[in-house]
Amino acid sequence: MCNFLRLNNQLTKYLRLGDSILILMSIIGIIWLFNTLWSNEQAAKVQIRQGEKIIGTYSLNQAREVQVKGPIGVNTIHISNGRARFSKSPCHNQYCVHQGWLNRAGQAAICLPNQISLELIGETKPYDSLNY
Amino acid sequence: MNVKHIQTTVEDHQVAKLAAFAIALHMIEAVIPSPLPGVKPGIANIITLFVLYRYGFATAAWVSILRVFASSLLLGQFLSPAFSLSLGGAVVSLVVLWLAAHLPSRHFGPVSLSILAAFGHIAGQLIIVRLWLIPHAGISYLIPIFATAALFFGLINGLITAKLINVKPSNN
Repeated sequence: MCNFLRLNNQLTKYLRLGDSILILMSIIGIIWLFNTLWSNEQAAKVQIRQGEKIIGTYSLNQAREVQVKGPIGVNTIHISNGRARFSKSPCHNQYCVHQGWLNRAGQAAICLPNQISLELIGETKPYDSLNY
Repeated sequence: MNVKHIQTTVEDHQVAKLAAFAIALHMIEAVIPSPLPGVKPGIANIITLFVLYRYGFATAAWVSILRVFASSLLLGQFLSPAFSLSLGGAVVSLVVLWLAAHLPSRHFGPVSLSILAAFGHIAGQLIIVRLWLIPHAGISYLIPIFATAALFFGLINGLITAKLINVKPSNN
């Protein structure tokens, strides 16, 4: 107990008001980071872009293969069972293919050489409220 | 034959001595295993902060940059990705420290500076990772972990620095 009090005393000696505020704000910021970057929301759709334009937005529930043409060739995108991935790419480094399956909202894969990107979108809009 | 003599000042010796301390801490840290590449206590930053308080920003910048170059040479990482990460982190963290040194010191002590510098470190490293090493989006997943580690180790390093600068300077 005595030890604890001494430690507490030392902490208050070294922690000034601004320090405590900064620590508190950092904790809030980190919680916010966890919330936004670690979204466990299952994605509903995948949006495919080539350069500036959107090639299409597809539901992840329907299995399909999409072929997108870019400056260096054709990329194949595979959609099945609520997931999407690049299954074939003409690019040299194959980063996009190695990224594998994506299934959470907010995840993205990019094939830079061919300027094609996949972005998974969650069911953020309350569609149900429209139906009822 | 012309031999060029480099005149060294007392300050140069001081910088060298302090940088040597920082390099030693960097070496100790290099052998500590890390659960995730990039998550490190960054104990060498204690020296940077201490120097900032005792000798001012210019000396702290010298010590920090010298530490990055010398440590990478000693570890055989010079000009490797690890070196660029280290340098990127150090540079951004120095910029942050330069800005943070303008905060009112009555309210913001070494703990604030240490935490901000730690955030600067990961920010600099993430920028390099994103721009050069892993140019796809996958890394964003790790940002919260890096930020948590930065806050934790920044706090501890800051408390150690606060204790160190409260010690009266000795005469050697």
